[in-house]
Amino acid sequence: MYAHSIGGTRYSFPDLKTLLARATPHRSGDVLAGVAAATMAERVAAQLALADLPLKTFLSDVIVPYESDEVTRLIIDSHDSLAFNPIAHLTVGGLRDWLLSDEADAAALAALAPGLTPEMAAAVSKICRAQDLILIAAKCRVTTAFRDTIGLPGRLASRLQPNHPTDDPKGILASIVDGLLLGCGDAVIGINPASDSPQRVHELLSMLDDLRQRLDVPTQSCVLTHVTTAIDLMAGGTPVDLVFQSIAGTEATNTSFGFSLATLQEAHEAALSLKRGTVGDNVMYFETGQGSALSADAHHGCDQQTIEARAYAVARRFSPLLVNTVVGFIGPEYLYNGKEIIRAGLEDHFCAKLLGVPMGCDVCYTNHAEADQDDMDLLMTSLSAAGLTFIMGIPGADDVMLGYQSTSFHDVLALRQMLGLKPAPEFETWLARVGLTDDVGRVRPLDMPERFQRLLTAA
Amino acid sequence: MSIDRFEALRQFTAARIGLGRSGPGIATPDHLAFRAAHALARDAVHTELDLAALERSLVLLGLPVLRVESRAPDQQTYLTRPDFGRRLSDASATLLRDKAPGLEIAVLVAGGLSAFATASHAAELLALLAPALQRAGRTLGPICIAPRGRVALGDEVGALLGARLMLVLIGERPGLSSPDSLGAYITLAPRLGQTDADRNCISNIRPEGMLLTEAARRILWLTDQAMTRGISGVGLKDDSDRVLLTSEAAAASPALE
Repeated sequence: MYAHSIGGTRYSFPDLKTLLARATPHRSGDVLAGVAAATMAERVAAQLALADLPLKTFLSDVIVPYESDEVTRLIIDSHDSLAFNPIAHLTVGGLRDWLLSDEADAAALAALAPGLTPEMAAAVSKICRAQDLILIAAKCRVTTAFRDTIGLPGRLASRLQPNHPTDDPKGILASIVDGLLLGCGDAVIGINPASDSPQRVHELLSMLDDLRQRLDVPTQSCVLTHVTTAIDLMAGGTPVDLVFQSIAGTEATNTSFGFSLATLQEAHEAALSLKRGTVGDNVMYFETGQGSALSADAHHGCDQQTIEARAYAVARRFSPLLVNTVVGFIGPEYLYNGKEIIRAGLEDHFCAKLLGVPMGCDVCYTNHAEADQDDMDLLMTSLSAAGLTFIMGIPGADDVMLGYQSTSFHDVLALRQMLGLKPAPEFETWLARVGLTDDVGRVRPLDMPERFQRLLTAA
Repeated sequence: MSIDRFEALRQFTAARIGLGRSGPGIATPDHLAFRAAHALARDAVHTELDLAALERSLVLLGLPVLRVESRAPDQQTYLTRPDFGRRLSDASATLLRDKAPGLEIAVLVAGGLSAFATASHAAELLALLAPALQRAGRTLGPICIAPRGRVALGDEVGALLGARLMLVLIGERPGLSSPDSLGAYITLAPRLGQTDADRNCISNIRPEGMLLTEAARRILWLTDQAMTRGISGVGLKDDSDRVLLTSEAAAASPALE
């Protein structure tokens, strides 16, 4: 039982998950789940009670039962108490102050990551204002590598997302060429296939691998198919760079997604054994997003942001190259408007970076959400200032396969220019080599380079 | 500066490739074209379904039309509470319960997330489907129409009407370049609690996507298969393409004419 008084009224919260849920800034998904605070005062009372909570509580009081949930077991069993020691005496409020302090520099934060549980990160995020979420995340460094290096200071990578409603190879190729010409694709060239047929996925992966080699571009490819399909394809010799899977923060949600931690383990080992990376061996690509657990009716009465943070424990277990929170895709019943989407995007990035996860963000919305491109501009700019690992690059921000709006190739160029950010270093060198950058390193294609033209003629 | 070599590539994709660029930004015509597309999609979501107009076009089919309501009283509640959009209001449930049951196929036309799509294509699609189904000896109707209904609202409608099969025509979540996309969902033995795994779906029905005649052909095939074989959903694959290659299809397609 937790309680706090505010404005002469005493608010009590029967257990830890209720306290966390009531302390969460308003979002429609928590209202839908029936776990949100009823009033603004109740919300802040919960935040005050949460701020007084010793961090050690999270090691003894779990929000999803240990016995029945393998994600909880992963979190508790892999907790690094040595790394936790420097903050073991703190409350949630004390942790916020410590994170803001000058003592918490990049090295201290990296050392702390294995000592933090997702619930601790989620808890502190709930009492942070947006500025805290940006400032603290900006101090974190999470670097990964495969054929180029992702997450270095002063860099912003992008996933080139060349989706097509019928997976037409020429249509996909046209979008890839457009994106590469505009300096995108250093995080990954990643296709959401319209068809999940293994044969089609094999053809797309073969096409991407061929294209990568012809252009000699230092990046990696991925077709976002189910992990079990990737396992089968790898066994059959398909060129799989990165294994993809949508993941969530409870075992029941992951079961509804058709996998377990053992499945991910098997895929991780198989991808590592291919040794396709040249400068690193981070071989996994995960996607997450608030609301997926409720959507699968597997949220255990928890709020969606805390459950989302638990997905990062799953992610970090497998040392991914990239993790992507697809923040506004799920729709207004989980994140109603631009304000809720912006807050959720900042929280997800913050929690992931605290936990040592290379977080990018699909800054996005659907047409039935109360949001527009102006909201996306605010979120992508804030996240880039916060040291975001990567964003999406989609032709004109309009995904013609998935039917939602994200960020464009031009957005990537604009963010890099605004904030003085560069692509991954190996990719930056390639852009200059093929003649796509001007004399001050900006991507300014004047014409189609010869090797691109040959590629299009051959298609 | 734009690279006009993209002109030749646009035949392969509707993606916004080769946009005009100024510095890092998208040049004004393409920037405003995006806003226009978003405005159309937003208006499609927020337009209320014109029930009177829909009713007028449906009665021409010679079938009774019934207005029903979900538990979502307004559009904002509807968007944030999908559970309300999946259940009938008490009054509508009573209305349907009092109807004589025993028909084979019940139809629900719902606004879904694009009343624009429903208003644009539902009556025309039913004008293709209803005569073909009746020729095939299926008893049909009444046609229920609901402004703020989701797909699963059909489960309750179908169950109360005692239908063997439920057909839901519904406005799909609009994409930026497809504000008028209609979806068709087929569920055998409709009842509360069924999931998407129990349904077959024909998506993207619109003049620039799946043509109405093609959609009608697939719906008729799936309906016939579901009722003959007693399954719908993941167990029933849409093999209508393969069937089309055989002579059976030649005999089946005149049903649409």
